Amino acid sequence: MNQDMITSTVSGAIRAGTPLLFATIGEILTERSGILNLGLEGMMLMGAFTGFAVSYNTGNLWLAVIAAMAVAGLLATLHAFMSITLRVNQVVSGLAIVFLGSGLSGFWGQAYVGVQSPSFVNFKIPLLGNIPIIGEILFDRDPLVYIGYLIVPLVWLFLYKTRYGMDLRAVGEAPDAADARGINVSLIRYIYTIVGGALSGLGGAYLSLAYTPMWVENMTAGRGWIAIVLVIFAIWDPLLAMVGAYLFGGISVLQFGLQVAQIPIPANIMKMFPYLFTIIVMLFTSSERIKKRFGVPSALGIPYSREEKG
Amino acid sequence: MSDVVLRLSGIVKSFPGVLANDHVDFTLKRGEVHALLGENGAGKTTLMNIAYGIYKPDEGDIYVDNRRVKITSPHRAMEYGIGMIQQHFSLVPSFSVAENITLGLKEFGIFPKMESVKKKIESLSQKFGLDVSADSHIWQLSVGEQQRVEILKLLYMNARIMILDEPTAILTPQETENLFKTIREMVKNGASVIFISHKLKEVLKISDRITVMRHGRMLDTIPTSVADERILARKMVGRDVLLKVSKKPSSPGREILEVENLWSRGDKGQYAIRGVDLKVRSGEILGIAGVEGNGQRELAESIYGLRRYTGRVVIDGEDMLPLDVTSRIRRGVAYIPQDRKGLALCGGLPIYYNFFLKVFDSPNFSFNPYMFNPSYLRRGAEQMVKDYSISTPSVDLEAKYLSGGNMQKVVLAREISGSPKLIIAVHPTRGLDVGAMEFIYKSLLRERNKGVAILLIAGDLEEIFTLSDRVGVLYEGEIVGYSKPDESHIEEIGLMMAGVGSIDA
Repeated sequence: MNQDMITSTVSGAIRAGTPLLFATIGEILTERSGILNLGLEGMMLMGAFTGFAVSYNTGNLWLAVIAAMAVAGLLATLHAFMSITLRVNQVVSGLAIVFLGSGLSGFWGQAYVGVQSPSFVNFKIPLLGNIPIIGEILFDRDPLVYIGYLIVPLVWLFLYKTRYGMDLRAVGEAPDAADARGINVSLIRYIYTIVGGALSGLGGAYLSLAYTPMWVENMTAGRGWIAIVLVIFAIWDPLLAMVGAYLFGGISVLQFGLQVAQIPIPANIMKMFPYLFTIIVMLFTSSERIKKRFGVPSALGIPYSREEKG
Repeated sequence: MSDVVLRLSGIVKSFPGVLANDHVDFTLKRGEVHALLGENGAGKTTLMNIAYGIYKPDEGDIYVDNRRVKITSPHRAMEYGIGMIQQHFSLVPSFSVAENITLGLKEFGIFPKMESVKKKIESLSQKFGLDVSADSHIWQLSVGEQQRVEILKLLYMNARIMILDEPTAILTPQETENLFKTIREMVKNGASVIFISHKLKEVLKISDRITVMRHGRMLDTIPTSVADERILARKMVGRDVLLKVSKKPSSPGREILEVENLWSRGDKGQYAIRGVDLKVRSGEILGIAGVEGNGQRELAESIYGLRRYTGRVVIDGEDMLPLDVTSRIRRGVAYIPQDRKGLALCGGLPIYYNFFLKVFDSPNFSFNPYMFNPSYLRRGAEQMVKDYSISTPSVDLEAKYLSGGNMQKVVLAREISGSPKLIIAVHPTRGLDVGAMEFIYKSLLRERNKGVAILLIAGDLEEIFTLSDRVGVLYEGEIVGYSKPDESHIEEIGLMMAGVGSIDA
């Protein structure tokens, strides 16, 4: 492989990894609160569609991003209502969100198939962008990629260093302990389910506004599911999520690269690797001790009620 | 009275099928250690969970410093200075000690200043003899250390009323000593402590006053200075005679159950049964008395095959060691466990299923276990419902909707209908009303008269006296002695239950 190919593969990995990154960070926040939202695919699709439609009609990209996040957040609110207030099975509710999102976006999106809208363009950061190779790969990208760079350390700081992050982690790990200290378990779960949904909407918007600037039905192509897998891969840690998202993004780009370079690894095998990694990670994190050490949200998927304990 | 810091008055709390607290009154004085003594299921924890805001009482009032208060959540309880250490700790495993202690405190900004917290924790832990490092994470700590973190949490928040729920259950003797030192230090600093336990020795050692609870009722409150183990043991497990069931003299036949040198470990890994020998003959009820937690459950589970053991369990001449539960059932062992909801019944299945749970693979039952006929099962079930006067609208009702008494009747009907040779009954009437109790007594006696051997393990002495033909006393995993089941021997039995009795067989 020559230098050009490496540069294009790595920068492709970052571009392909960015929608995964947003969705994964969002789902980490949601799951850290103890709510399992399997509806990522649906929320990303609604984000992608809304972003494209708003950008097409108004020409305002940032308004499009905000609208995408709001709509996905709205879907997440529905999931929050069903799983926190009505205490229904979170898996079922999440799957319903997937079908709702893909159905609605497909239906409303028919009018937008094959049209053009404004999209994000690359913006070279002064100084940093001039560094040879690295600058080209990392700092000559579109603004949403930069937001991705920033959101990871911010979420990490928030989770581990602030009072609010502590509250969030406590609610997911030991809701009864959090409740006993006056933390409103339901409120926290609502907030982070909605925030998580909004971030997945941002991931969807990245697809239709930057990655492949157009609207195609079901254009997320399973990225919502990969993000759910990535959360486990990352052991609910935003820094590892970044590694995982770019890695998985890289694998999807490499499929084409390998074909071009005529290296005989079938694409299907490449596609399998992320899941293989995840299974290995799951093997390692299955022990109680590891779970406690990394703060795996042990109340994940379990509705909380004060009186229902033993 | 100005020195009463907490008063619970007329507390009533019921759960489906169980009246956990029945008009309970309780007072805690300033600066005392007040022990709340009673068997498991007596309603101690429920009562304290009400004071701590986890349960809402159905009736009754709570007064803190003689003011009536509504405690709607543990957080609200904390605001009144009430803190509780539950048996299951409320700690976040991945957090450090300091983080657990600061969790939820409003005095901190967005970025909590851990240094000042750590300093305060260290000074508290020194003052009260709680040896914990503020930087360790909960997942690294032993349960004893975790308990000290829970105590630190209460001290950090200046709790004045501290409720400790069975704090010594998880501690080694040395750790228990240290806990007692800490409790004394806390009392010296103005705290009042409620100490929930069923261990007589500890209660006598640490408390100033003792309140005994039984069957959800407050029995008596006495100063520790006038109490001793014998009095407490009797109060805890004795019952005012509610019913008398007439009993013919027994005519024991051949030996059905023989247990020799049985050793078995409890859930925490230490030996709970230490070399038990016992024999039960057909047509005889052997009652095993003892204060809860002396190996009762482990004994029953070993004989039934649910728990690993060493030693011999021989049923009708056959060594059971290589046989699993199913094989033991086929050889005529019936089991009425203490946990009827969790172990004996499938709450989510209809009643008629529950009747036949144990015979689905029975070769002599006239149905195909792979394609059984529900209407056939229902017919059988309806007969059993009639025979055992189980009150239910239908045999299709899910078992969890039955009252405690009717649940137990379903268990009894199923176990007896298998025509067992041996019945192991553990606390068979716990939490039941008098009517259901009488029914169960009569059923067990009828089986005994038919020639079944029955091993009755119960906390309630009255129950043991009513049913059994001989009484053995279990203390710390050993049968410390046998006695006759009548009132004249109650003194002797009480002493043995307290571990101070004779070892005569």
